[in-house]
Amino acid sequence: MRYVEEFRDPVAAKAVLLAIEALVEEIGATAEKPVHIMEICGGHTHAIFRYGLDRLTPKGIEFIHGPGCPVCVLPMSRIDECVEIAERREVIFCTFGDAMRVPGTRKSLLQAKADGADIRMVYSPLDALEIARRNPEREVVFFGLGFETTTPSTALSIQQAAREGLGNFSVFCNHITVPPPIKALLDDPHMVLDGFVGPGHVSMVIGTHPYDFIAETYGKPIVVAGFEPLDLLQSVLMVLRQIRDGRAEVENQYARVVPEHGNPVSLAAIADVYEPRPTFEWRGLGEIDASGLRIRGKYAAFDAEEKFSVGYGAGPRIVAEPEGCACGQVMTGRIKPTGCPQYGTGCTPEMPLGALMVSSEGACAAYYQYGATDDTLEAAE
Amino acid sequence: MCLGIPGQIIEITDADRLMAMADISGVRREVSVACVATPNLNDLLGEWALIHVGFAMSVIDADEAEKTLEALRGLGEAQETLEAMAEGTAALEGAQ
Ligand code: SF4
Repeated sequence: MRYVEEFRDPVAAKAVLLAIEALVEEIGATAEKPVHIMEICGGHTHAIFRYGLDRLTPKGIEFIHGPGCPVCVLPMSRIDECVEIAERREVIFCTFGDAMRVPGTRKSLLQAKADGADIRMVYSPLDALEIARRNPEREVVFFGLGFETTTPSTALSIQQAAREGLGNFSVFCNHITVPPPIKALLDDPHMVLDGFVGPGHVSMVIGTHPYDFIAETYGKPIVVAGFEPLDLLQSVLMVLRQIRDGRAEVENQYARVVPEHGNPVSLAAIADVYEPRPTFEWRGLGEIDASGLRIRGKYAAFDAEEKFSVGYGAGPRIVAEPEGCACGQVMTGRIKPTGCPQYGTGCTPEMPLGALMVSSEGACAAYYQYGATDDTLEAAE
Repeated sequence: MCLGIPGQIIEITDADRLMAMADISGVRREVSVACVATPNLNDLLGEWALIHVGFAMSVIDADEAEKTLEALRGLGEAQETLEAMAEGTAALEGAQ
């Protein structure tokens, strides 16, 4: 229990851990027959590794790391399209720093920048708007990516650009939504899942009702959680209680931040600017129906796909994965990151081969940063 | 990128565009308050909000703000976010 002293409230953490242990025993879960709990959000994956929650909790609980790291699920073809746009001479390409090192089939954005493309790392789409105001002779493209937490920010930025008539600003939209991949995973016959820890900040925008199908149609418990270590432990406990009672409900552990119906202004902006794409490609998971958003026709002037004729609709798409990488299997919980032949040799955070190694929210990078293998950790304890 | 960071709203800078100055761990940064706007924007002064890529997404209480900041520091995300803000400011000048 060497991490417990780092908790803000170690006594409370200890009490929740004891309650978890008792429940795991009551349910009869063991290392051989564990309860499988998926944490959907990459921020949760990071916190679980950072605080060693996977090792503090009993062996009867197995965490499956979900697809909730937007950088990690970006397909190579989308990075190629970013590079294609960024290499146009008139373009200033603005991106979150996280996306810079994601490998494409030709090169990453970092390599494209080194080769002379004007690529700028920004904190907010508002920075890109300001760059567009200051450089009226250039085309400023913002690389919009992320789940529902980030989607409102680009929607509101596009609305602002429209109000100002900022004709040299556009968004390359790669926004994705949380519920469809969950449905895809639940439909996968190989996938064993007993319950979910739901994302906190995504739910702050969308509320808790988009998860109703998980409980109602698939009969699985889900608990929306904050990302403090104690929040996560409490949420795991709530999932276990539902399993013991044979209940399947959507519960909200993070009600102090997540309103049941989400944030109305954000939802209205998303609905005004975006519509679902028929299908969108996820790295490691393939095409998933209605899992991505595109910019509506009325905002076509701010859609980089339309402006530069790249992306969906522009031609046949190749689905490519880096050679020898097992990202797809890791993403669906079939193997642990350490089970990938490239892990730590051909693929490290400095030189990532797969996207799960790029961001600290990716399972492979989290393993690499905090992990080693389970066995060596036990030996060290 | 996915986690918001708490900041305190200290000044309304542009009421028409719903922009405000926030103090985020001692760094001042202009943010949009569109998602948390109240009929009288001055009501937001002194409030804490979770700020996500430059947008205040949810008003939270001071204790929650402190707890969240602590969790973000533990994950190294607070530092990363502040660095990203500095990068964003540098990007305006094209100097990166
Ligand atoms: S170690 Fe690298 S290549 Fe292997 S699954 Fe992880 S990210 Fe993919």
